[in-house]
Amino acid sequence: MEKFKTLTSTVVPLAVQDVDTDQIIPARFLKATTREGFGENLFRDWRYDQEGNPKPDFVLNQNTYSGSILVAEDNFGCGSSREHAAWALVDYGFRAVVSSFFADIFKGNALNNGLLPVQVSPEFLKAMFAEINKDANTPVTINLEEQTIEIDGTDLKENFEISSYKKMCLLNGYDDIDFLLSNKDKIEAFEQSHQEF
Amino acid sequence: MGKTLFEKVWDRHVVDSVEGGQEILYIDKHLIHEVTSPQAFDGIRKRGIDIFRKERIVATADHNVPTKDQHLPIKDYLSRLQVDTLTQNCEEFGIELFGLGHKYQGIVHVIGPELGITKPGMTIVCGDSHTSTHGAFGAIAFGIGTSQVEQVMATQCLLVQRPKTMRITIDGELGKGIYSKDIILYIISKLSTSGGTGHFVEYAGSAIRSLSMEARMTICNMSIEMGARGGMIAPDETTFEYIKGRKHAPEGEKFDKAVAYWSSLYSDDDAVFDKEYTFSAEDIEPMITYGTNPGMGIGVTQSIPTKDEVKSPAALAKSLEYMGLQEGEKLLGRKIDHVFIGSCTNSRIEDLRIVADYVKGKKKAPHINAMIVPGSKQVEAQAIEEGLHEILFDAGFELRGPGCSACLGMNEDKIPKGEYCVSTSNRNYEGRQGPGARTMLVSPLTAAIIAVEGHVVDAREFINDGELV
Repeated sequence: MEKFKTLTSTVVPLAVQDVDTDQIIPARFLKATTREGFGENLFRDWRYDQEGNPKPDFVLNQNTYSGSILVAEDNFGCGSSREHAAWALVDYGFRAVVSSFFADIFKGNALNNGLLPVQVSPEFLKAMFAEINKDANTPVTINLEEQTIEIDGTDLKENFEISSYKKMCLLNGYDDIDFLLSNKDKIEAFEQSHQEF
Repeated sequence: MGKTLFEKVWDRHVVDSVEGGQEILYIDKHLIHEVTSPQAFDGIRKRGIDIFRKERIVATADHNVPTKDQHLPIKDYLSRLQVDTLTQNCEEFGIELFGLGHKYQGIVHVIGPELGITKPGMTIVCGDSHTSTHGAFGAIAFGIGTSQVEQVMATQCLLVQRPKTMRITIDGELGKGIYSKDIILYIISKLSTSGGTGHFVEYAGSAIRSLSMEARMTICNMSIEMGARGGMIAPDETTFEYIKGRKHAPEGEKFDKAVAYWSSLYSDDDAVFDKEYTFSAEDIEPMITYGTNPGMGIGVTQSIPTKDEVKSPAALAKSLEYMGLQEGEKLLGRKIDHVFIGSCTNSRIEDLRIVADYVKGKKKAPHINAMIVPGSKQVEAQAIEEGLHEILFDAGFELRGPGCSACLGMNEDKIPKGEYCVSTSNRNYEGRQGPGARTMLVSPLTAAIIAVEGHVVDAREFINDGELV
């Protein structure tokens, strides 16, 4: 997994709430057996019409906005557990998603793929959308070590929460499996006394 | 202080606690399917390790399989590749597979319970968010991503944050024509799609206790639709009776011993939940969704809310535009094009019986396409044995082979753009049943009546003295 320390980037605003993982990557594009290439179909049905032509009103099709931070409204990533949603965002080039609320499974999947979910207050989110509206080139800085997100050139700055274990993993590029494999003795000992019916 | 049902089961599976609030949780059973497992097998190969406890994994092909001509090679190249990859992976690593054509093949959340694999007090995971279905037996069961599928393959454990607890109590008696699907759609409409996030839900109360196992599975199945990590129901006589005699169920003395333990799995009187909700069964109508997430549901006689009545008018407007509906409108009488009966929510034998019971001797409306996809080969076999397939065939329903089918439209079973589908599945997201498809979620009975009538109905009007008419 790629390390994550700090990230400064312009952002892509997606002013939609309850973005579900079926929108992020529709089921008919889940047929691959590898992790690569899902970015091509990220937000497929919002991004392209049925003939495959880009829909000009969708944000990923607008030259105005670019960057490796996606900002969306409340309850991002709800629905299906497909990790392909996180893979698609990463494959497209996103390194962080900002929202006022994340669905559980998506949040876990994102963290397992070096994609940082940054949960901010509804007020901060609103201010962020307003700043991007004013100037699409507004850079935002996310500092994982300090657990801060800051809209550059303004006094808008907020702290965000992340489990200390997950933070350590992202900062060092470790994953859960490395950690669990190092605990195999404990797992085997547990199995000795684990009674099942 | 006493413990909740959730805490009793969870605590028995904690291998260790880790700094930062994470716990190493032991997983008793790992269910896998063709869509979310190939990358995990690849990961295991790349690490140069073997699967730690292969006997704890069971595989089936469901998401991507055709529901027609299942004996022929799959036509779609990518679907075939994914299903073949599962077969090869299971052969290479020595994992039990109920693949296409096997007499136990079916939707992963249908076959687990019917084979007696799912038992009270277990921890069960699967790379699928509807794994919560198995919670109906008093198991902790939840969906995971593919990286976690790999974790469980490598170590039979997951590194997880303990969720908070929530209890939802439904007391009272359900009205005629009201099913467990109506209960869960009602709950989600009250709590919204994010109301349960971060929590593991226990469903309790007299209305829940009175339900069959199939009906309980429908409720637990849709826990994820309110954002909850999972849902569970304390096991009781109904549960033990369902498990008894199934293929993987304990037998004789072992069964009695198991029942003794399973009987201890309930929330103590003085247990404390982080959140509690109570609803009355009498308030629940037949439900239907009007929008593009499962929280956008109403009693079938109610009107779609107006902009002034919702928290987010923009979200309502976007949904209604997609659905081709107006704010404040009533759905009763609206013409429907397709009826889909299937999915891990409502494709069990009881669901097929409810449908067959109603459509017996009737015909579907001429303009309706009505498709029934049983949850498993065993459900299919039983439907044939009971003569349900003939009743359904005579009524003009198309009975397909088992799979996830039009619930998510990964195979060719898709609803055309702009057309309305009344569906017993679990999600009505934009494009869920095919690009541009418009989905309305309902119970199997409501779906059956709509298939015959051709438009949205109140199921209660089709019941006289408790009998279907």
